[in-house]
Amino acid sequence: MPKISEHEFQQLESELSLADSLNCSRLLCPMPVIKTQNKLKELAEGEILKILCTDPGTMADIPTWSRINDIKVLGYAEFSDHTIQFLLQK
Amino acid sequence: MTDTTTSTEQPQRKAVALISGGLDSLLAAKVVMDQGVHVEGINFYTGFCVEGHTHAIRKKDKEKQKRNNALWSAEQLGIKLHIIDISEEYKDIVYNPKHGYGANLNPCLDCKIFMVNQAQAWAWAEENNFDFIITGEVIGQRPKSQRKETMPIIARESGAEDRLLRPLCAKNLIPTLPEREGWVNREEMYDFSGRSRKPQFELAKKLGFEDYAQPAGGCCFLTDENYSKKLADLWAARGEKRYELDDIMLLKVGRHIRPKKNFKLIVSREEGENNFLRGYKKEFTSIHTVSHGGPLTLLEGSFDKEDIKLAAQIVARYSGGKAAEKVTVEVENFEGSSYVMDVVPMQPHEVKEKWHV
Repeated sequence: MPKISEHEFQQLESELSLADSLNCSRLLCPMPVIKTQNKLKELAEGEILKILCTDPGTMADIPTWSRINDIKVLGYAEFSDHTIQFLLQK
Repeated sequence: MTDTTTSTEQPQRKAVALISGGLDSLLAAKVVMDQGVHVEGINFYTGFCVEGHTHAIRKKDKEKQKRNNALWSAEQLGIKLHIIDISEEYKDIVYNPKHGYGANLNPCLDCKIFMVNQAQAWAWAEENNFDFIITGEVIGQRPKSQRKETMPIIARESGAEDRLLRPLCAKNLIPTLPEREGWVNREEMYDFSGRSRKPQFELAKKLGFEDYAQPAGGCCFLTDENYSKKLADLWAARGEKRYELDDIMLLKVGRHIRPKKNFKLIVSREEGENNFLRGYKKEFTSIHTVSHGGPLTLLEGSFDKEDIKLAAQIVARYSGGKAAEKVTVEVENFEGSSYVMDVVPMQPHEVKEKWHV
C-alpha cells in the first residue's frame, strides 16, 4: 500500500490534477470513510480526490475501503502537522 | 427486487448482509455466499458504534489495532461494503424506543427493526435491486433483541417480512421466501440457539476463518452502563431527551463532573484526550492550567463567574499543582478571548462523589 513521505506526497500532488478535495479533520472513523464514499459517487471514473484526516484509524480504514470498492489509493502520508492525507483515484 | 418467477435458468440472486464487524454477521454472509448468491454488505453508523472512535482518542490505546471490523469482515468475504450514516434518523430510536430500553439506554429491539428497515429500503431501491436481506441473528443470543418471540417482530415491523433470512438459525424458524423459492438450500442453513458461542467458533473454523472480532459487551456504547448514565445526566440537565453528534462523542472522553445542575466539566485524563478536546475549543469555554502541567477542560452548559471559579478549582485539583497553595489557570471562551486567574486547588475530598457522572 502506497504510504509515502510528506515530501513525496506533495510531489505527487503537484503532478496530479485534483477533481475535488474533502476535509475530514476531527472526524472519527467511520465518518471519513462515509464522506469519502459519498464524495466519490459524485466523481467520474479516473478523477482524483484528495482527503485530509486527523483520525489515525483512517490509515487502515480508507485503504481497506478502497480495496474492496475498487478505488485506487495513489498515495497517503502522515504530515508533521498530525494530519493524514490521501490521494484516491476513482 | 428482481422478478421471482421461475425459469429454466434462474438469475443469480442478490442479498444484502448486515455486517456489524462481529463473527455472526461474517458467518451468515459466508453461508449464503457459498450457495452462489451475490452478497454485498451494509453497515450503519449510529454515532454510538464502538467500532468507530474508541481507539482513536486515548494515547494509551495508540498501539491497539485500529481496523474497522466491518470493513475487515467485508474484505475477508471479498464483498463490497456500503456504510450508511443514520446518526440523525437514529435519534428518534434512542429518544422513544417503542419496545423500550434494555438494561441501560440500549434500544436493541427497535434498533434491529430500524436497521433491517433501512437495509430493505436500500436493498429494494431500483438502482440496487436486491432480493433478500441476511442478518447474523441467533435465537437466544441476546436477551433483548435476539429471542424466538422477537424474530417475527423484526421481520414484520421492519417491512422485510419473509425476505429476511437468518442463516445461523433458519432451521429453527419458519421457511422464508429465499428458502421456499430455492434461492438458498434450507438444508445448508443452521439451527444455532442460545448464548453459547461454541457453534459459531466451530463454523468459523470449518469456513476457514481464524481471525475475527469478538467485541466484549457488544458493539454499541448504549449497552455500557457508565456511558448510559452520562447520557441520562445530559438529558436530565437539559430537561429533555436531546443530543447532537458532538454530545455523544464527548460522553466517552474524559471525566465528567457536574458540581451544579447548570454546568459540567469534561476533564481530560491524558494527552490523547487533551488533543481531542482541543478540537472543541471554538465551541466551548475551556480551562487549562498555566503554572503547572494539567488537563484541558471544557465547560458545558451555562455558567457565571462564580461557576467558572469553582470549575477552575476542580481543574487545579487534577493538575500537577494539586498540592500547591495556588494554581494559575487560563480561561478561554469559544471566541478566543481569555484571562488568567489564580485559584486554590480543591482538595480531593471536596470534589464530591455525587458530582462524578
